[in-house]
Amino acid sequence: MVSDPVLQLTDLGFHTGGRDLLQGINLQVAEGECVAVVGPNGAGKSTLFRTLSGEWSPSTGEVWFDGKPLANWTLGDLARLRAVMPQSSSLSFPFAARDVILMGRMPHDSGREQDEAIVEEVMDVCDVRHLAQRHYTALSGGERQRVQLARVLTQIWQPVATGRRLLLLDEPTSALDLSHQLDLMQLVREVCGKAVTVLVIVHDLNLAARFADRVMMLHNGASVAVGAPAEVMRPDLIECVFKVKTQVIEHPLYGCPLVVS
Amino acid sequence: MVLNQYAGMRSQLFVVRLPGASAPGFLFMALRNLPPYNSQLIFVRDLTDMFHSRPLVFHCLLLMLLMASVGLSLSLGSITVPVAELVDVVVGRLVGEAITGTADMVVWQIRMPRVCLAVLVGACLAVSGAMVQGLFRNPLADPSLIGVSGGAAVGAAIAIVLGGTWGWFSPSWNLPLFAFFGGALVTALVYRLGVGPLGTSVATMLLAGVAINAMTSACISYLATTAEDVRLRNLVYWLMGSFNVASWEKVSWVAPFALLSLVMIPLLWKGLNALLLGESEARHLGIQVERLRLKVIVLAALAVGVSVASVGVIGFVGLVVPHIVRLVLGPDHRWLLPGSALLGAALLSLADLAARLVVEPQELPVGVLTAALGAPFFLFLVVQRRRGQLYGV
Repeated sequence: MVSDPVLQLTDLGFHTGGRDLLQGINLQVAEGECVAVVGPNGAGKSTLFRTLSGEWSPSTGEVWFDGKPLANWTLGDLARLRAVMPQSSSLSFPFAARDVILMGRMPHDSGREQDEAIVEEVMDVCDVRHLAQRHYTALSGGERQRVQLARVLTQIWQPVATGRRLLLLDEPTSALDLSHQLDLMQLVREVCGKAVTVLVIVHDLNLAARFADRVMMLHNGASVAVGAPAEVMRPDLIECVFKVKTQVIEHPLYGCPLVVS
Repeated sequence: MVLNQYAGMRSQLFVVRLPGASAPGFLFMALRNLPPYNSQLIFVRDLTDMFHSRPLVFHCLLLMLLMASVGLSLSLGSITVPVAELVDVVVGRLVGEAITGTADMVVWQIRMPRVCLAVLVGACLAVSGAMVQGLFRNPLADPSLIGVSGGAAVGAAIAIVLGGTWGWFSPSWNLPLFAFFGGALVTALVYRLGVGPLGTSVATMLLAGVAINAMTSACISYLATTAEDVRLRNLVYWLMGSFNVASWEKVSWVAPFALLSLVMIPLLWKGLNALLLGESEARHLGIQVERLRLKVIVLAALAVGVSVASVGVIGFVGLVVPHIVRLVLGPDHRWLLPGSALLGAALLSLADLAARLVVEPQELPVGVLTAALGAPFFLFLVVQRRRGQLYGV
């Protein structure tokens, strides 16, 4: 059991139209931990993401963030501590990429000067400086994804006295090529370090195995395994959940499990 | 050191003068290098780059344009009042020593209330257009396209045709009140229809707008057939959208509502910016989306309602003006909202001036003029969007 978790899901369930999209999800995420959620299409990953980000309220159970039920948080307080990156953004107005990133400072009243300084810093870290003045609408899918990541990082860039910070990412690598996928996950891990807790939904098992501290595998709306990547990435489990015969070997470079199909 | 400071000052001066100084030069270059098929768009882009960091300069230019158009509207017409006399009349009226005579009659009693109405209504329509486009996250939303003006018109038509028969409220209060509720009802309806679980559907929204516009015009036609002669004539004149009904009495009841919405709407800039990212994104940035949406609907209904109630349906101002401002200043609502208000005020007072002058001594309903100019512009926007050139989408 994790003591004093940043994020805690207890018996979380979500029913709609007579179907259980999620049931009995229990998870505790410790401070500074990076937890990846994996599962096949339709396993309930997005439903889980929406419920734990507070967009949908759960039918059963509760989501606790930093010692308080999510429902007891005001939107403003929550936004100062927690950033959420959606799968894709529907921004169709020609904001400069830099302005999009700057919007991450909206919940804070740290003053224009400091906000600008943070944006500059984040743009370097995320390698989006060259996009700063480009219109968001003119960017490629991968570039947009990086700008959105920069925006959510900007939002929780600084420690806040009122609580512990959390970053929720919904398939942040979906529009990226292989090298950018690795870069993005590496970046998230480095930037967040031990200061920001991360929960990320990923499609790619190997990405989860390499970058996450712990992995939760979903199947038909239920959690079938939670644990260190080596415990969860088992051929029998993967075959049962993904219907694919695989072998799991040790990654020759990083030592993490490597799923080979 | 001294030299350095001097150089710094010089470059600053240069920067401040840049927009004004280089625009004609740029125009010349753009005209000389006509061949590129989208030179016009390059021009627009360069304008955008030129002003992007200088919204204040652009606002000053807009303010000057507004003052010039007000001055022109007061001075020109069937009787031309020279500028000197114009200043005398206005200063005299404002300071308290009124000058009586033809000039005072023409400028202060006839033209001034008309210009005031045009400025207020233009600002209201343009700023609510910008705001509604932000709410729907679509640059093609417009109070008249999605039926808000139509809803307000039905409310106002009910007040005109049936008003006074119930004995409560004076007729001059019935009209704005009914227009407001008509507009609010339709905005809420279109929003409910257009927003599904998967986000905002523009197609649904515009189709809903088409259907609602058909319904509102049916309602108005029905009311017209049942109206008695005098009321029918009032209704028909008013529907065409014109400022010839202007009077100080009218200004006195339009101004409070119009000014209220003109003050309130620009305050929503932050939430509207966040909303452009998406509804849940805005919520994750700490914006109370439901409350913001309610404010937008109420304020749009108030601004459009009071405009429609006072001068009838004037289309396309709410669509075209925010577009022009967005091309120059970008989509940031902090500047877009006040900029749209200023440009809307200036353009509508100019349009009204044109409506008075083109077929003298007759007068064109200004709604006819704005539709005649605005509709082609709208088509241009649609085609540009389709080609994916505008904004580089």
